Amino acid sequence: MSSAAASTPSETLPASAGFETRRRDRASMVGTAITGGATLLLLLLLGVILGNILVSGLPGLSIRFIISGADKDMFDVNKAGVLPMIVGTSLRVILMTLFVIPVGVITAIYLTEYANPVSLTTRIIRTAVNNLAGVPSIVFGLFGLGFFINFAGGTLDDLFRPRGAEPLWAKPGILWASLTLAVMTLPLVIVATEESLKAIPVGLREASLALGATKLETVRKIVLPQALPGILTGGILAVGRAGGEVAPILFTGAAYYMAQYPRALTDQFMDLGYHTFILSTQSPNIDQTRPILYATVLVLLLLTFTLNVVAILLRARIRRRARASH
Amino acid sequence: MSATLMDPTPVKSPAVMTPPPAGPTEPATAARELIRARDLSLYYGPSRALKSINLGIQERLVTAFIGPSGCGKSTFLRCFNRMNDLIDHVRIEGRIEIGGHDIHAKNVDVIELRKRVGMVFQKSNPFPKSIYENIAYGLRLHGMRERSRIDEVVEQSLRGAALWDEVKDRLHGSALGLSGGQQQRLCIARAIAIRPQILLMDEPASALDPIATARVEELILELKKDYTIVIVTHNMQQAARISDHTAFFYLGELIEYDATVKIFTNPSRKQTEDYVTGRFG
Repeated sequence: MSSAAASTPSETLPASAGFETRRRDRASMVGTAITGGATLLLLLLLGVILGNILVSGLPGLSIRFIISGADKDMFDVNKAGVLPMIVGTSLRVILMTLFVIPVGVITAIYLTEYANPVSLTTRIIRTAVNNLAGVPSIVFGLFGLGFFINFAGGTLDDLFRPRGAEPLWAKPGILWASLTLAVMTLPLVIVATEESLKAIPVGLREASLALGATKLETVRKIVLPQALPGILTGGILAVGRAGGEVAPILFTGAAYYMAQYPRALTDQFMDLGYHTFILSTQSPNIDQTRPILYATVLVLLLLTFTLNVVAILLRARIRRRARASH
Repeated sequence: MSATLMDPTPVKSPAVMTPPPAGPTEPATAARELIRARDLSLYYGPSRALKSINLGIQERLVTAFIGPSGCGKSTFLRCFNRMNDLIDHVRIEGRIEIGGHDIHAKNVDVIELRKRVGMVFQKSNPFPKSIYENIAYGLRLHGMRERSRIDEVVEQSLRGAALWDEVKDRLHGSALGLSGGQQQRLCIARAIAIRPQILLMDEPASALDPIATARVEELILELKKDYTIVIVTHNMQQAARISDHTAFFYLGELIEYDATVKIFTNPSRKQTEDYVTGRFG
């Protein structure tokens, strides 16, 4: 509007100012209405989804439901329980975090601290990371089956198992499911870590190097401690994404039913997301299983929420400690 | 593995034997020459940022580099501790000798070099750690483990940087809680803690208010007793107040290098006169 005022210097100021003010008011009202409306719609949708799950899920939710093991009759409202699924989902998310954080952080360190930012290799790596983020999760599931189970697992069995023995590694298991999820969430951790590394002033690195520190010492003692909150943000995003995913674990580790808890990395596991799918498609009587279906979904939401809260609290604590210094 | 840079009996390489090439006049003093640049040129990719610079810097004096922005004075300063190594596409021709040794020689350990040649930056850059840890960092890097010894050097360094009385009660508080001037003095304390022989200062007071600047200047005059100081500054009065020798750079060339009094009262070159009297730059 300043340019409009500048281009019409002959206009008398009061008239121009009055006209502009009215138009600005109307424009800003329309803007508020559109953006506010969109936000409201989003909140409404979220409210409907969460409300529906809460209202339909709460009746089925009980202490017994949460702490009891999977009964053979998993469709019976009075016997079904989800503890094995809670354990399975938690385990696969925790294992995934253990794999994805170190690999993602080291990759991000390479990209920001070591690699030449304009070289062809760096650009290829960056493009690959971005493309990895856009791959549908079912494709990761198939990749996990082909690469981890058939190739990696098959090789391990060939090397360490007697010929003709039952496959140990070359079958779905929690290790392979977690690794598949780690591959899927790798871009989230890399990008979040990179962003936090880039935000650290060059001056700090220079100060350390000028004191005679090596690049590795500088990264370890100055750069990484500063980047920790950002790395945890990457972890939080990864946990959030992986928590509810079913497709990547469908072929790589999730079991329809198991009488036992997983005891080894090669064991399969039951999973809340997969169990939701089973309850909604395999039940002999949909109407009777609906309460436990909703209750299972509610537990999945609560679990993802809890894992996120734990990570956020951890990050807040680290930030506080970093600020207070030591 | 690495040759000690300050070896009392320098290896007699041919370059050391040759007299300094003819260039701008040099200040005549009895002090021992510690740094010597020979035909030093520096390229950022294809562009030549420093053009065949020949200059000697004498021990335990303050040498100031002045000149308009982009004249190459900071780039030149960063050659002395090889900080330009960190920038891609930088190529250096000619040589820099410290204590008679070529610092670009293959057997020179950059870590050892940077231990001998400390640096203070334009923007104060304390680590986001405690005041104590800021200074202990460099000591631990160079292998000091004993707590009592570290305590001792931390105190010495803070006293040396005229900061001790202000911070002695909050050594374990965050360095980021200090004022701008205190942060810069902390950076000086951090640099002198590892006992360098040379202290490079890249516009150390340009972001400070006049009072903090005065304190840093006093400190520089104090440090001169123990260290050879090279300072880049945009502030002509500052160069006049604290330096013994002044070098004037323009467009990557060393125009004039002489005793500070001479540069500011009776420069031999027209360009220098124009610059120090404020007619350009």
